[in-house]
Amino acid sequence: MKLLFKLAAKNLIGAGMRTWLNVIVLSFSFLIIIWHKGLLDGWDRQAKNETISWETGGGQYWQASYDPYDPFSLTEAHAKIPSALDSLVSTGNIAPILITQGTIYPRGRIQSILIKGISSNQKLLKIPSSLFIKNSDEIPALIGRNTATDNEIKEGDLITLRWRDVHGTFDANNIKIIGIFDSDVPTVDMGQIWVPLDHLQKMMGMPGEATIIVSNKEEQGSILAEGWKFRNNEVLLKSITDMIKMKSAGGLVMYIILLSLAMLAIFDTQVLSIFRRQKEIGTYIALGMTRTEVVGLFTIEGSLNSILAGLLAAVYGIPLLALQASRGLSIPGGSKGFGLAVADKIYPAYSLGLVVTTIILIMLTTTIVSYLPSRKIAKMKPTEALRGKIQ
Amino acid sequence: MENSTLITIEALKKHFLTMSGRFTALNGIDLTIGKAEFTGVVGPSGSGKTTLLNIIGSLDSPSEGRAVVLGQSISDLNVKQAALLRRSRLGFIFQSYNLLPVYTVFENVEFPLLLLRFDDSQRRRMVMDSLEWLGLTDKAKSKPAQLSGGECQRVAIARAMVKKPEIVLADEPTANLDAANSHHILKTMVQLNKEFNTTFIFATHDDKVIGYLRRKISLIDGKVAKDEFTNN
Repeated sequence: MKLLFKLAAKNLIGAGMRTWLNVIVLSFSFLIIIWHKGLLDGWDRQAKNETISWETGGGQYWQASYDPYDPFSLTEAHAKIPSALDSLVSTGNIAPILITQGTIYPRGRIQSILIKGISSNQKLLKIPSSLFIKNSDEIPALIGRNTATDNEIKEGDLITLRWRDVHGTFDANNIKIIGIFDSDVPTVDMGQIWVPLDHLQKMMGMPGEATIIVSNKEEQGSILAEGWKFRNNEVLLKSITDMIKMKSAGGLVMYIILLSLAMLAIFDTQVLSIFRRQKEIGTYIALGMTRTEVVGLFTIEGSLNSILAGLLAAVYGIPLLALQASRGLSIPGGSKGFGLAVADKIYPAYSLGLVVTTIILIMLTTTIVSYLPSRKIAKMKPTEALRGKIQ
Repeated sequence: MENSTLITIEALKKHFLTMSGRFTALNGIDLTIGKAEFTGVVGPSGSGKTTLLNIIGSLDSPSEGRAVVLGQSISDLNVKQAALLRRSRLGFIFQSYNLLPVYTVFENVEFPLLLLRFDDSQRRRMVMDSLEWLGLTDKAKSKPAQLSGGECQRVAIARAMVKKPEIVLADEPTANLDAANSHHILKTMVQLNKEFNTTFIFATHDDKVIGYLRRKISLIDGKVAKDEFTNN
């Protein structure tokens, strides 16, 4: 085997330009597959980290009636914060949130909105709720950059907010925008207004109540609370996981096209090699190589393309990928509409597993593609091959 | 020495299927070839010379009859056994040299030794010896494309002789060479034959080669027409 590798390497290098063309095409495939997969992994990691920091924490308790996909459930979805969680609430380690529907009238236009009440002393989520403490206005409010931009709202603006309390009575008041935060997580920004929890509880007539309670990582739903269901991050981040899976499946088509191009080049070279090198094949057999050894030699020659491609890809790919991993890839602003956490820049994540899997996949494919045409050698008559006669 | 038999051929026939039906290339050959012979199978094109050499070289097998080479019946050998026979005990010289183009002269000559798993130092010594016999030491690092026809054929002889095989089969070895080179090559082979007691069997219709043979087996239409020893 060692001998075959030695001979194959010599033949491959000796083939000159033909080898390098294959190797270059294959190295592109290596790089694009690793880059694309790394980008998705990076996005997945970033999106999950950001969503955990801004929205889901270590998981959430949901009031039994709460259904985030049914706004009508909000009328019923509120209950007293369980006393077992009182100490954690007071230290800010878990964050109760009361959610209700409301309407704002920015620049005289009507706009439905979700009103979310969050405690000013919570330290769990990145929502800058501590700003509520410094403010003495009657109803201070925070909004995300996207909501502010869409509705042309600026910091310090007074906006009329209308809501319906626990008794079904409509009420309205002016709220003051005391801060605009930048978040990559659209589900804490788009169409939402954040107000102090105690204000919202008073406005709604729901003292001490919440719709969801964001848990911290340590607690992780360990406390049983009647009328509340715990949702861990696996459930809460499922939409991100599903989206990344969908994108990966889309990427698979690209991998297949790229790999097919590279494999076609190798298959073509192998077929051409066997066709052009019949005399050489005959010579190998005359000198005492078995046909299996000659098939092995040609198969190894073909599959060595992937090793050279891997080395070449490493030479120009590692600096390129490392540069991008440190600088990130800018994402166009319009991508906020994805409904998922998309940062302005995505930092690709290249794991050892990803690189090793890609190398194994390409080497295996190359070996199969190299072997298929090489099988023809086993059927050749050495006497004809020696004369270079086409068989 | 010449009396110990290396090759025994009995009632050997070889048929090929062609577009126009069955073609008989060898039609009942009976021969014995001994150790250290310098023998030529001569005859016109299509007389069956190369076919006979291919069967002796275990590259082909008889359709009928027997060919026993170095104690092994060619018909009974499987593909692997035939390869092992060629690898260890037979040497080949071809009309168009059949050198491996991407290898240097040294590597071409080294190739049979690699297959026989000789270690590095042994290989190096044997290759250099072989190149020295053929006067190719200064060409060791050249590629076949950089050599003349005569030099290429000398490399092919060095490659065939490097493992000191018992039999060397040479198919039209001078067909692509001019007269001076042909004589040079043939003299070298005569010398190697004498020095190492290697049996040389040629397939040729070249008079220059015939002039050096000690035994001339004439084939016509797949049959031995004449088998004569000369005074060379």
